[in-house]
Formats: sequence, C-alpha cells, structure tokens
Amino acid sequence: MSQHFDAIVVGAGPAGNAAAYVMAKAGLSVLQIERGETAGAKNVQGAILYADALERIIPEFRDEAPLERHVVEQRVWLLDERSHTGMHYRSDAFNEDRPNRYTILRAPFDQWFASKVREAGAVQITDTTVTGLVRDDDNRVIGVETDRDGAPLLADVVVLGEGVNGLVGRRAGLRPELDPAHVALAVKETIFLSEEVVQERFNLEGEDDGVVIELMGDVSAGMVGTGFLYTNRESISLGVGCLLANFQETQIPAYVLLDRLKAHPSVAPLIRDGETREYVAHLIPEGGYDAIPRLAGDGWLVVGDAGQFVNSAHREGSNLAMTTGRLAAETVVALKHEGLACSAAHLARYRQALEQSFVMKDMRKYRRLPGILHNNKHLLTTYPRAISQAMQSFLRVDDVDKRAKERRMLGQFRQARGGWRHIFMDALKMARAWR
Amino acid sequence: MTSSNDVPVPTQRMEERLYTNRYLVDEGHPHVRLRRRAIDSDELKSLVRLCPAGCYSKVERGRVELSLDGCMECGTCRVVCQATGEIEWSYPRGGFGVAFKFG
Ligand SMILES: Cc1cc2nc3c(=O)[nH]c(=O)nc-3n(C[C@H](O)[C@H](O)[C@H](O)COP(=O)(O)OP(=O)(O)OC[C@H]3O[C@@H](n4cnc5c(N)ncnc54)[C@H](O)[C@@H]3O)c2cc1C
Ligand code: SF4
Repeated sequence: MSQHFDAIVVGAGPAGNAAAYVMAKAGLSVLQIERGETAGAKNVQGAILYADALERIIPEFRDEAPLERHVVEQRVWLLDERSHTGMHYRSDAFNEDRPNRYTILRAPFDQWFASKVREAGAVQITDTTVTGLVRDDDNRVIGVETDRDGAPLLADVVVLGEGVNGLVGRRAGLRPELDPAHVALAVKETIFLSEEVVQERFNLEGEDDGVVIELMGDVSAGMVGTGFLYTNRESISLGVGCLLANFQETQIPAYVLLDRLKAHPSVAPLIRDGETREYVAHLIPEGGYDAIPRLAGDGWLVVGDAGQFVNSAHREGSNLAMTTGRLAAETVVALKHEGLACSAAHLARYRQALEQSFVMKDMRKYRRLPGILHNNKHLLTTYPRAISQAMQSFLRVDDVDKRAKERRMLGQFRQARGGWRHIFMDALKMARAWR
Repeated sequence: MTSSNDVPVPTQRMEERLYTNRYLVDEGHPHVRLRRRAIDSDELKSLVRLCPAGCYSKVERGRVELSLDGCMECGTCRVVCQATGEIEWSYPRGGFGVAFKFG
C-alpha cells in the first residue's frame, strides 16, 4: 500500500462514503478508514433515505441498494396520554418509477454504500480507529494516526466524516465540545413482524410500499423531542429522541420514554406480538446553523454530522451528510485538476459550494428554531393536549348545543396557554422560526 | 401512563433490553474510564438515569460505578461530564465494541 494518498476519509457513514466515492470515481487515490468491523456497525438512523441526494452520487442505486420500502404515506401524529390527532397523506403519485423516499436499515445500507466506494477504487480499512491528525511544521494537516501499528498515513487532504461525537476533530481543536442543549439523545428498537402483518396493519398493497409516522406531543414527556414509527419490509423502527439538556432536567431515562411510547394506545396495536431484535442509542446534532463549526482549514474538511448538518425541523440528516460529502469531494477533485494545493484558502470553496446549495439555505432558514423550542417547551405539550380536548368535545354527541361546545373549546385553548395574547405570541414565534 | 412530573420506572430489565445486541468486548481495554473526585458530581450521578445502556449505577455509600457491558458508544456520558472531567472517553479499539445489525 502506498503511504501517500490524495485524500484520507475518516468514517464510512453517508458523509464519508459519499466523499470517498466521488473522489475515487474521479480517479483520486483515496484511503477510507472506519472503526467498525464493517461500515454501519456503529451507525443509527430512523431511517428515511432521501433519494435525491444519493441519486446525484449513484444514479442506479435503486437497482442495488438494500432498500426496505418506498414511502407512499406520511402521517404526523400529535399525541397526548391516550389519544392522537393525526394528519395522513397518502398518494398513488408516490408509486412512481423513481420514488423520492425510502425506509432503510443503516447497517446493511452502509455496508452496501461502502462496497460501492471500494468498487470505485478507494482503499478501505475497517476495524481501525483514527486517533489523531498529523501536522507538519507549518501546522498543516498532512495525515492521520490510527490505533494500528505502523507509520502515520499521509495525504494531501483529510476529510472528517466522523459523525456527531467527532473525537478526532475535537481533540485537534478544530471545533468546540457539544453543548447538551444542542444535541439530542435518541433510542430506537427494531421490532420484527411478518411482511404480511406489516402490510395489513398499515393498509399497504405490496412488499415495497411503506408508511412513516412522525410523533409529537406527549411522546417527549414535556421535553423538546419527537418520536418516529417507520415500516420496514418485515420490521418496524420505533424511536424517540429529546435534547440531552432536557433529559438532564427531567432525569427521565430515554428507554422509559420508549417504553411509554410502546404502551401508548395508538402505538401498541401496531407493534403487537412483534419481536424486538435490537435496541440502539445515538446522538443527533441539533444546534442548527449557529452551531456549524469551522468547515475547512489547511489540509482538512468536515462533512456530515461532525459539521452539525442536521435539519431537525424536517428530520433530514443523511441527505445533508451525503450532499456535504459530495460537495467536499468535488472541491478536492477540482483543486487537483487545477493543480492547486489543499490549503485553507482553496478549500474555502467548499463553504461557498454549500452556501449555494440547499444545505446552507435550509440550515439558515431554521436558524431560530432550536432556541425557540428549547425556551418554549409548552409548544410541544400544551397544544397537543388542548387539541385532543377539543377533538373530544367536538366528536362526542351529547345534549350540549354546538355553539356552547365551540365556546368551551375556545375557552379550553385560551386557558391552556393563559390567554389569547400568549397564543398569538406562540403563533408569531413559530411563524418567524419557519419563515 | 405517568405525567411528566414524576420520574417513571422502566418496564424491562436492562439485561433483557440489551440481550439481542451484538458486542465484541475488548478485555482489559475499557474505552471509558472514571476519574474519580472526592465526591461524585451531580452530572456523574445523573448518568445513572441518562445512560441509555444503564452502564452507570449507584453502589455502596452512594458512589457511582461504571460497567461498560452494553455500552452503545453514544457519547452521552462524555457530553454530560465534559465540564467535570470525571470521564475519560475514547472509542474502543478498531473493530471492538458494539456492532449494530440493523442500526
Ligand atoms: C435515531 C435517529 C434517527 C434519524 N433519522 C433520520 C432519518 O430518518 N433521515 C435522515 O436523513 N437522517 C436521520 N438521522 C440523522 C442521520 O442518521 C445522520 O445525519 C447521518 O447518519 C450522518 O452521517 P455521517 O456520515 O455524518 O455520520 P455517521 O453516520 O455517524 O458516520 C460516522 C462514521 O465514522 C466512523 N468513525 C467515527 N470516528 C471514527 C474514527 N476516529 N476512526 C474511524 N472511524 C470513525 C463511525 O464508526 C461511523 O461509521 C437520524 C439519526 C438518529 C440518531
Ligand atoms: S457512551 Fe452512551 S451507552 Fe456508553 S456508557 Fe456512555 S452514556 Fe452509556
């Protein structure tokens, strides 16, 4: 193995795989290093895969990738203790030749993506943890050290796709520590059922159609957080995540939230008699735009979760990981072709490419959301409860006249938030955060 | 269902919850270590409830103990105790630790 590469990529998640694939495909010599025994062994996702980001890298992925189901129906449920108020959107238009969203299981998916990276010509080593960056006398990053015996591995540029904990970059002082208010802890179970049962319970036509449900309200027990229930081919992914700072305040164990969710009357029948074959936990960066660290310097670039690229409002992460990975790789490839060094000044083009893409536009759009939710937790509890109460009085047929019912419903809303002024302010804040 | 005010209790033992997970234990090389102070900080104590794998427990005289069985390498304890310096956290050596089958 030659000891000097055009690029070293740390990590074989969606960000690292996208970066390594694009550079190798363009003819660069690439070394990719992953600490898991296989790619995906350490990785967790809901998981919804957004096709567009992957299609731009591997157009024919649908023929090969281990996909579970394509999403034909989206549900959003607002839970209180015993109810859910829901929005369902199902369309036959989602049964298209090139569906836009799929459910996946990350371990097999990452293994497949990593196999494509090898096919593209990159050298890939697993079972190996990168322990630090190597710098030259001018403080430029020129390679990495690993927990394997041997000399440091050298390259013109190191692409850090090391995920949310990002120890390598953190220890090297490239970015600050994670703030508990800017990171969520999520737990998830993969619950197995037969293919037929999944189809029956979710009204699905075939083995390829799927439903995804986003859960809000009581699922987070008053904390800033959400839950999800996604259908895979013969299993259901059920999970919940909340800000770590909120877990610290409430002292509620994350797995207790998951137990509550499994027992919720709206969820329990969907997973009944299922067999849990895995319980996992992972952090999600939720700091948004303002938490994005420095993304490039002399000889290094940051992609994916390590750079805080998650849009929590839309539950996007893997697509941002793939897109940042691709744009970083394209930057390096262009510099190579132009015969330019991977200096901080030249790598700044990566940031420019991000600014022009949907990535930074979306990150900036929701800039205010993390702060607003953190400081207004009632938005996630008061309203779901008030809505549930309103639905109850609306649907129950009794001897109360309809006008009196409407008055009572409005009164309950006002009471729930202590007056119309507060409700107006809440609406304003949310509208601003969404603008 | 419990209200958010009182802290509810788990319905399943942690060993059962983690039973189906796969690990390759690196005997003699714990990847997380406690650097004890005279008194355990509130942050460290909170990990008894916060660690999703139940690796932290309170034993005799209220001191917090760490047993890495079942650790999913999430990093929660690392982030929570970064300011107190009571935890030394690194990844397991390459190939060791948790190996998710589905993720
Ligand atoms: C519960 C949950 C649900 C989610 N749901 C969705 C969803 O439905 N849709 C979506 O798009 N996103 C979702 N996300 C977010 C998404 O999973 C992440 O944004 C995405 O995985 C980030 O990719 P990445 O490549 O940056 O990081 P990771 O996937 O974390 O990959 C990092 C890789 O680097 C390796 N690594 C780290 N350090 C080292 C080292 N020192 N040496 C060698 N290797 C190292 C790791 O082993 C890992 O393979 C979810 C996340 C969670 C936790
Ligand atoms: S890394 Fe996560 S699972 Fe492991 S001990 Fe720390 S909190 Fe527990």
